[in-house]
Amino acid sequence: MKIKANLISGRTADQGAHLEAKTHKGYFDACAYCELNSADLERLGVSEGDSLKVTTEFGEVVVFAKANDGNPDNLAFIPMGPWANAVLDPDTHGCGMPGFKGVPAEIEVTEEKPLEMKALMRKYLED
Amino acid sequence: MPVIKDAVCSLCGSLCDDITVTVEDNKITKIENACILGHSKFVGMFEHDRIETPMIRKDGELVPVSYEEAIEAAAKILVNSRRILSYGWCSTSCEAVSGAIELAEETGSVIDSTANVCHGPSALAAQEKGSPSASLGEIKNRADVIVFWGCNPVHAHPRHMSRYSSFSKGFFTEKGRKGRTMVVIDVRKTDTAKLADNYVEIEQGSDLLLITALRSIVNGHEDVVPETVAGVPKAEVLELAETLKNAKFVCIFFGMGVTQSRSKYKNGDAVSSLISDLNQHTKAVMIGMRGHYNVTGFGQVATWETGFPMAIDFARGYPYYNPGETGANDLLVREEPDAAIIAAADPGAHFPQKAVRHLAKIPVIQIDPYANPTTEIADVVIPSAIVGIEAEGTAYRMDAISLRMKKLIDTRFKTDEEIVKDLTAKVRELKRGA
Repeated sequence: MKIKANLISGRTADQGAHLEAKTHKGYFDACAYCELNSADLERLGVSEGDSLKVTTEFGEVVVFAKANDGNPDNLAFIPMGPWANAVLDPDTHGCGMPGFKGVPAEIEVTEEKPLEMKALMRKYLED
Repeated sequence: MPVIKDAVCSLCGSLCDDITVTVEDNKITKIENACILGHSKFVGMFEHDRIETPMIRKDGELVPVSYEEAIEAAAKILVNSRRILSYGWCSTSCEAVSGAIELAEETGSVIDSTANVCHGPSALAAQEKGSPSASLGEIKNRADVIVFWGCNPVHAHPRHMSRYSSFSKGFFTEKGRKGRTMVVIDVRKTDTAKLADNYVEIEQGSDLLLITALRSIVNGHEDVVPETVAGVPKAEVLELAETLKNAKFVCIFFGMGVTQSRSKYKNGDAVSSLISDLNQHTKAVMIGMRGHYNVTGFGQVATWETGFPMAIDFARGYPYYNPGETGANDLLVREEPDAAIIAAADPGAHFPQKAVRHLAKIPVIQIDPYANPTTEIADVVIPSAIVGIEAEGTAYRMDAISLRMKKLIDTRFKTDEEIVKDLTAKVRELKRGA
């Protein structure tokens, strides 16, 4: 099952509390997830903690599913960090700021597990 | 047992200056008044992974070296490169920023701050339309209508509402939260939105439409506003415009929802115009919710030293500024820099994949107290002392008020200010040799 979503990123308190502890598992737990509302999770047939693959025209990333009923339908949120940035829009439209909010994404269930921070960054060195 | 009062928290742009810290045997053993973010900052040096020693990447692995060797290796990279990006400098002191600008000038680099992925568009908007502002003290004492637009202080600035805005009690706002109207405009019901008197949920990316509709109403042209704007019924927009017009003192605090969404700096530009329109009826101001504790300070120091707040290119021998061209992300996406020096920031975590991919290809010098995703792609790593805890220095709060950060404990690490001075001296020495 696959859904189309509008992807945004942003701060959370847990992400902020790990700003200077990004090698800790707590940072991975605080950032490597994608929030959708319960109805969207149900449409995907997943529960919190299952893996989701988020794909945009800029890349793909595997993250955990998390519920947040504050999100309207089809609005996906990934906390700012390397997992979100793997799929966000690098184009700055001539003003310096990349497109960190409002990126069309496809979200589907996957058996893969999210990569930990160092493994995710190693991919950039291997590219 | 020394108890240090009124320590300044060096984490977010709220720069809370009422932290009480107990120090025993050069260790912080008790922290009072800090939020979850600040607490993490103060306990950080005892619990988080410090970069223990300078390192240079050899055969793919980072190996320990002395400060002198790391400074020399970094200086060689800088001297042998033609297009250097100097990025970050926002979780450090104004004194270090000043040194970084001198180094950028010496090496003909482009220097940019974390505003590039944060409030950079706000700086552009301020240049285009101005930024009518106030100190957080004035907001605390006077504002009866507080708007949080595209920001979530419960998570990003946890003490903001109790110290300066919604919940704070001031001279003319003695009833605190009861005497204030709190409006939240966002695309999802955040924890901040749950506390609002009026939560306005807008369609993602349509901020400019709502701001324009509000301006039309405030200026007496409600007839041109359609039945729904940005997903919000007209009646709700009219009510919001009335709330703003009838306030005694309005402050719009705005965040990344405004700067990172479609329309980018034009959103901030429009907020500034709305503030100007509201000032025909009442007193209104705007303040960006700044993330890094001294990102405002970078803008201040850079502006007084170069004339520009960020994205400053010294390649021509004089400061040149054009953020869509000289911004850190634009440079990296165009694969332009052949080396980068990164301090007190983490583009490895916070830049989009295409920019990080280029950083991974070029020599990267990192100056930071902590290992982070940038360390994984860095070639020279230089550990630094933590400003506000292990070193003193000046920082600017989000409302551009400067505060002096205290040194609380001793350290064996060099400060950012010392590292950048050593690096500049070594670059000059190598250039003379050439």
